[in-house]
Amino acid sequence: MMNNIVRREVIPLLSDEDIVRARKIVRDWTISLKFSLVDQTKLVTAVSELARNTVEHGGGGSALLEMLDDSIRRGIRLTFEDQGPGIANIDQAMTDGYSSRGSLGLGLGGTKRLVNEFDLSSEPGKGTRVTIARWK
Amino acid sequence: MNDTFASKIPALLAKYETDLLEEWIKAQLDATTLRKDLLSSADLRRSSDEFLSLLRRAATTGNLLNLNAPEWLPVKDFLAGVSRSRASQGFTPSETATFIFSFKQPLFTRLQEECGSDSRALAEELWIATTLLDRLGLFTAETFLSSREDIIKQQQLEMLELSTPVVTLWNGILALPLIGTLDSSRTQVVMENLLQTIVETGSEYAIIDITGVPTVDTLVAQHLLKTVSAARLMGAQCIISGIRPQIAQTMVHLGVAFGDVITKASLADALSYAFKQMGITVLRKQN
Repeated sequence: MMNNIVRREVIPLLSDEDIVRARKIVRDWTISLKFSLVDQTKLVTAVSELARNTVEHGGGGSALLEMLDDSIRRGIRLTFEDQGPGIANIDQAMTDGYSSRGSLGLGLGGTKRLVNEFDLSSEPGKGTRVTIARWK
Repeated sequence: MNDTFASKIPALLAKYETDLLEEWIKAQLDATTLRKDLLSSADLRRSSDEFLSLLRRAATTGNLLNLNAPEWLPVKDFLAGVSRSRASQGFTPSETATFIFSFKQPLFTRLQEECGSDSRALAEELWIATTLLDRLGLFTAETFLSSREDIIKQQQLEMLELSTPVVTLWNGILALPLIGTLDSSRTQVVMENLLQTIVETGSEYAIIDITGVPTVDTLVAQHLLKTVSAARLMGAQCIISGIRPQIAQTMVHLGVAFGDVITKASLADALSYAFKQMGITVLRKQN
């Protein structure tokens, strides 16, 4: 089925303030799509995790927001991209409790559980791209 | 650009200062962009006059393209002042920059008359004039933005101070109502404040209420856990309250476990738990 993109926005992610901004914009989008409070919170939390990864691990990048409509349901897709060092071992990075810098190590695995679609591709030395989507 | 080219602009500014001023003021007054609501024609005349005489003085040195040289300092100081006062009056940065850009027309007309049929010289002169005025115009825009940024930074600092109050609920029970985004710098302040107050008051219980925190992600959770551990090392027990249903569900999916940290749905629950632990009973007065 074809996904129609109803709305599109690119958010630069370079600093902590940008993470806050990304969360705010995604929150507004979920409200406009009438997501339930739980779904709003889940998507905003996922965005917070991935945006922070982009800023802190990826050395900055951007997030592409797309509002989708496939005539049956509506949703939001986000693509986080950076040109950072990349992830050498994706399986390890996705494992709960694994962290490369002393944090809880739940970011990636946890994020996957908060959204409907999750796709991570990374090449060491080139950068990382994470795409997530959540449907209403 | 030929560096050895001797511009006629300094001489021109000196020779026609009064004429240029009149033409410039007329052009500004005629422009549709003039903010008559914010700027009187007397003020306009005063600032135009001052700018022109400062510009003439700086230009006499012959250096028209290096604004970092000391002779341009008075011009820049003046423009910074204009920019700042206009910013506070409610002008936009483009309106402020237009003040400078609008001087191009009278100056260009004079240059054209001066150079006559020498189109090569005219091209050189126009290039110098336009580069100089563009830089000065952009300088006003930069000053405008940096004064805005200063205000924002100041407000952020004030927010940091404002948003981390530690309150004593009861003798031995502290509460820390958190509101807003918990980024690293704020959490640091919050944590220090709480630990300091624990020491000062010798409190046994500290209730951290997160009702006002919109997003609890793994970083926020980690900050909370660290604060709890630090407080515990100092002999105080922390209770995390204000965990709303949507936050609870999200945290379960994320996989964040608060382990042996006591969590409660509301601040009232947390307080009554602390009372119970301290052996305090609250009784309704019987008649």
